[in-house]
Amino acid sequence: MSTATRTDAPPRAGTLGDSARRPDAGPKVQGRFSFSSDAWATNMLWGATLRSTHAHARIVSIDVSAALAINGVSCVLTADDVPGKPTYGLIDADQPVFARDVVRYVGEPLAAVAADHPETCLRALEAIRVEYEPLAPLTDVMRAVDPATPAIHPRGNVLRHQRIRRGDPTATGPIVVEGTYEIGMQDQAFLGLEAALALPDDDGAGLELYVATQWLHEDRKQIAECLGIEPERVRLTLGGVGGAFGAREDISLQVHCSLLCLRTRRPIKMQYGREESFLGHVHRHPARIWMRHHAERDGTIVKVEAKFWLDGGAYASTSAAVLINAITHAQGPYRCEHAVVDGWALRTNNPPCGAMRGFGVVQACFAHESQMDRIAAAAGLDPVEVRLRNAMRTGDRLITGQVIDSVAPVERCIRETAEIPLPPPLPDRPDPLELPGGSGLAAEPSRVRRGVGWGVSIKNLMYSEGFDDSSTARVQLSGGIATLEFATAEVGQGFLVLAQQIARSVLGVDQVVLAPIRTYVGSAGSTSASRQTWMSGGAVDGACRIARERLFEAVGEEHGIDPIRLAIEGTDVVDTAGTLRVPVADATAGRTFFGDFEHHHRPTTELDADGQGDCHVAFAFVAHRAVVDVDLDLGLVKVVQVATAQDVGRVLNPLAAIGQLEGGIAQGLGLAVMEEIVLQDGRMRNPTFTDYLLPTSLDAPEVVARFVEEPEPMAPLGAKGIGEPPCISVTPAIVAAIRAASGRDLVRVPVRPQDVCLSGPALAPSSGC
Amino acid sequence: MTYSLRINGEDRAVQDATISESLLFVLRERLGLPGTKGACEQGECGSCTVVMDGEAVCSCLVLAAGAVGADIRTVESISPPGEYNAVQEAFITEGGVQCGFCTPGLVVAVQHLLDRTHDPSDLEIKEAISGNICRCTGYGRVFAAVRAARDARRAGAS
Repeated sequence: MSTATRTDAPPRAGTLGDSARRPDAGPKVQGRFSFSSDAWATNMLWGATLRSTHAHARIVSIDVSAALAINGVSCVLTADDVPGKPTYGLIDADQPVFARDVVRYVGEPLAAVAADHPETCLRALEAIRVEYEPLAPLTDVMRAVDPATPAIHPRGNVLRHQRIRRGDPTATGPIVVEGTYEIGMQDQAFLGLEAALALPDDDGAGLELYVATQWLHEDRKQIAECLGIEPERVRLTLGGVGGAFGAREDISLQVHCSLLCLRTRRPIKMQYGREESFLGHVHRHPARIWMRHHAERDGTIVKVEAKFWLDGGAYASTSAAVLINAITHAQGPYRCEHAVVDGWALRTNNPPCGAMRGFGVVQACFAHESQMDRIAAAAGLDPVEVRLRNAMRTGDRLITGQVIDSVAPVERCIRETAEIPLPPPLPDRPDPLELPGGSGLAAEPSRVRRGVGWGVSIKNLMYSEGFDDSSTARVQLSGGIATLEFATAEVGQGFLVLAQQIARSVLGVDQVVLAPIRTYVGSAGSTSASRQTWMSGGAVDGACRIARERLFEAVGEEHGIDPIRLAIEGTDVVDTAGTLRVPVADATAGRTFFGDFEHHHRPTTELDADGQGDCHVAFAFVAHRAVVDVDLDLGLVKVVQVATAQDVGRVLNPLAAIGQLEGGIAQGLGLAVMEEIVLQDGRMRNPTFTDYLLPTSLDAPEVVARFVEEPEPMAPLGAKGIGEPPCISVTPAIVAAIRAASGRDLVRVPVRPQDVCLSGPALAPSSGC
Repeated sequence: MTYSLRINGEDRAVQDATISESLLFVLRERLGLPGTKGACEQGECGSCTVVMDGEAVCSCLVLAAGAVGADIRTVESISPPGEYNAVQEAFITEGGVQCGFCTPGLVVAVQHLLDRTHDPSDLEIKEAISGNICRCTGYGRVFAAVRAARDARRAGAS
């Protein structure tokens, strides 16, 4: 449980700092919350997507006539039926709405059908005849980066290359350690499958779309372009979102569903099953990373060299941005003067990859934290000491030359984590459920070894590289009730309750009404990059402050008081230099005060040819210590405890914050020991929850968390984003603990049982800490 | 085909159905009970948990037409709109809800656990909900919610 120490008075119920109750929790526990998959309309049809069965093939022909002849089928659409732009995509729009001449991955959409029942849709999909001419798939990034390899797309196989050169490329030290690391393809695996309901509007020229997404306005832009209609004719409302974690940042079924709706002029419901969900959204980039560190004899880092190869899959998605995040975080949360880093995001015939919680930094962190333990071993230091010795502080520079002007309590995160007591040793007669293998009852207690490992990370917050990011909010204050309107996607993270807390704190009200989340207001940007507390929180805060100023002006005029003397105290307007005290409810009775605000963060710049530039907005830091039990014979791992101290700036809702930390840790645990999309020639071998393993309650470790609260002056509320850091350095911490328990030199995640028990002779196990 | 199911104590007619439809599909798409969620269609995630003749089952794995005669209880039966029982209240106050997609299934599973086990240990709780995958919370606040519901009942009984 979290143990943030507070000495000040407890906040008023429901305001900032309180574990305020989520407004969506009540409907959710009753099953009465409406998720996008629950949307329903009279007279609706079901939509479904035909997908490529080849990783790479020329399309010779598509014959839809047999599908159209089936009773109940209303229409079948292919590439010929896309009236607007034939492609979409977040950065480079290179993903075809429907493949026309070539398919480039297994699962690429070819056609969409609308019919009266999901079963009719399936029959129609089976009736579509596609003749392919198979081509050799390109599935290896090391081949994709080779200029001699034929391009699989007119834009080539290199989605982006960027280098970073800083300091003296010849700098070295007495310690030189290197390794080559691999990170497997992780799936976001949100529970609420992709779903949308499209409703034609009255004149049939536009539509309303209820959809689970992370970014309504970006979806609208891409949909309108593909439909060839004005964005104003596409109105989006957020359908209830069952988790996102990056997988809803790209378009999945939005365009297909909208096209079917415009064509049939009927409501269209589309929803993916789990297997189609695996095919229909982007994943975390698999990566191969070579890294070499040069250090002084005392473990002080001199230089980092690295090469990153990220597998972007068939289409661009956000690969270009993921790559920049990966390479600009190559040094980790440590001082490093000299750097020679190159990164490539590559196009292959594997499934497209894009955003997932941690966005490139997860991959970099696994490499740099594995390297830190190698430096520690070479310098004769323990894992804590080597990290403290190199810990970044405010004022230090990234290898991009950017000065870290965020609060940077790296040392404090490490020390506070180290202070957390270790768990008791495994009892002599443990319950089998507590052993590696859990309910499989597989482990032999005498062959179980315990290990401890560390991971520390730095994560950029918000978007980078010159993107002018903003969020908009609007408030009406009347009769002691605030009504908020914004387009911020609530995907489960808890922005709705945070927005209410802000309004209660700033305006002195208890009741805060939330308007539907839709495109009727300005964009809020994406719920990603740990940015909404900062960006949309800043927008709501700004809007409420404007409404409050107007309230103070009105009250001041009525009472002959300079408005600058007025303040909110509890639920009253008070004169700080006098005796006036008016309840906000009375002061706002019968009249309305408005506030509109668009929050921008400070500008960033692009990187130059040598990877130099102030490309990021701000940073957050976190430390993790993992304790694991490993069955040496079976290679099974049980994560016993994760201790963490996270730099959060300021805790705005303790219960919501601890939920983010614990949830992120579970996802990082998944990447460490179980989660991987297994590919063979570009084909997913395990696109189901039977075969793609997710952490269950029996896999969940004890999490002991501390919040490091040093308010961030740049942040509107003093609070940093907290969504991504929890899942980043916990993965290398767990792997380091497995190395310590098993003596194996593990260089890839997830760690599989055979990596622990079948990969050659083990070194002598050590305590690791 | 047309048949009748006994849902939450009421006989409900299912008309013009296809025989291949799962109980999950019929509840959601034919009987207007969308509280039961579908997320894997393979009985792995527990989002679709309902209680059938006293056993917690994954409704995605139950053929609806085969459930004729069974007593089926869904999340909608646990409390009337706007009211929460002890388990639901604990999920709200202990932070057990984030995106909420797994929540109805978890609430049904936890209620079922507490109905059949008077005072479950922490390990029994972990095992009882190990068939309900939650991707958001990492289970920490879910455990807290179940313990709170258990402890509230323990305190009420003493």
